[in-house]
Amino acid sequence: MSRAPRVAVLVFPGTWSDRDFADVAGLVGWDTRLVWHTKVDLGDADAVVLPGGFAHGDHLRTGAIARFSPVMAAVEAFAAAGGAVLGSCNGFQILTEAGILPGVLLRNDHLQFRCDWQPLRVEQAAGPWLGELNAGETIRLPISHGEGRYYAEAPVLEELEATRRVVLRYADADGSVTPDANPNGSLRSIAGIVNERGNVLGLMPHPERATEAEVGGTDGLRILRGLDAWLALQPAAAERRL
Amino acid sequence: MRWLAEVNVRLRPGIADPEGQTIAGGLRALGFEVADVRAGKLLRVTFEAVDRERAESAVAQMCSRLLANPVMETADWELSADEPAAVGIES
Repeated sequence: MSRAPRVAVLVFPGTWSDRDFADVAGLVGWDTRLVWHTKVDLGDADAVVLPGGFAHGDHLRTGAIARFSPVMAAVEAFAAAGGAVLGSCNGFQILTEAGILPGVLLRNDHLQFRCDWQPLRVEQAAGPWLGELNAGETIRLPISHGEGRYYAEAPVLEELEATRRVVLRYADADGSVTPDANPNGSLRSIAGIVNERGNVLGLMPHPERATEAEVGGTDGLRILRGLDAWLALQPAAAERRL
Repeated sequence: MRWLAEVNVRLRPGIADPEGQTIAGGLRALGFEVADVRAGKLLRVTFEAVDRERAESAVAQMCSRLLANPVMETADWELSADEPAAVGIES
């Protein structure tokens, strides 16, 4: 058994889920370090998390200012090298603004901030974060956002579908993807996508808020714990972890 | 010299604009026969550049790098010299 995964949790001015990720580190078996957005490197991290919140006050557009924070150059290089990256909620928005993931997250179609437990259909169960899930199963995670309406132009959507990079869709409790189950008007009910290589996951829901049965569910724990098994299979990462 | 760019950021045509639709609903409730409203942003940027050509080039870069996200938005602008008004001195 190698050591615990070293996970860099990024903190921008206005990030609010960083402490939640740090708090659940014990449950998921991570060695977590909070990394302020002005840092220019990620140190010895095995994985990077961009947590939810309102980086730079969400001004101009969600993630628009954060993507130019000094640490983002290191995140781009880390992602391009195949490192495991998770962007949740505002983190997903930052990844799209940075062009690390395609598309954009727009104002919810009903203009309301939506904070609720949300069933999701798992479309693909692979990569550093979803490897412990099963394709086709329905999981439940909290959502908490006002700008979660996934949008991309038709050719981008077609490519995402053709390459099976839509990994999570909003669904009802039975796992059916219906317009009524879509909490924000996302095109194709998209809740989460991965990059071409599959090492970067962006999702609007909050896995870190679903790690204890007492607060409503533990499906998030299964996502965060997926990292350990994935890292063991990565030759470069395994070497770093000796 | 000092320049003022008034940058209009618009949502691309075809992208649903719930904010605009809500505003349109408000106008209709007041009795206005409104066909459509599209919400956008107006940004007034004051900055220094030696001449108009360089000022234009600077605004274009501001828009493409930060002020508008081309996936969902377009930007256009009006540029004007922003010299402080001359103050008359009465003797």
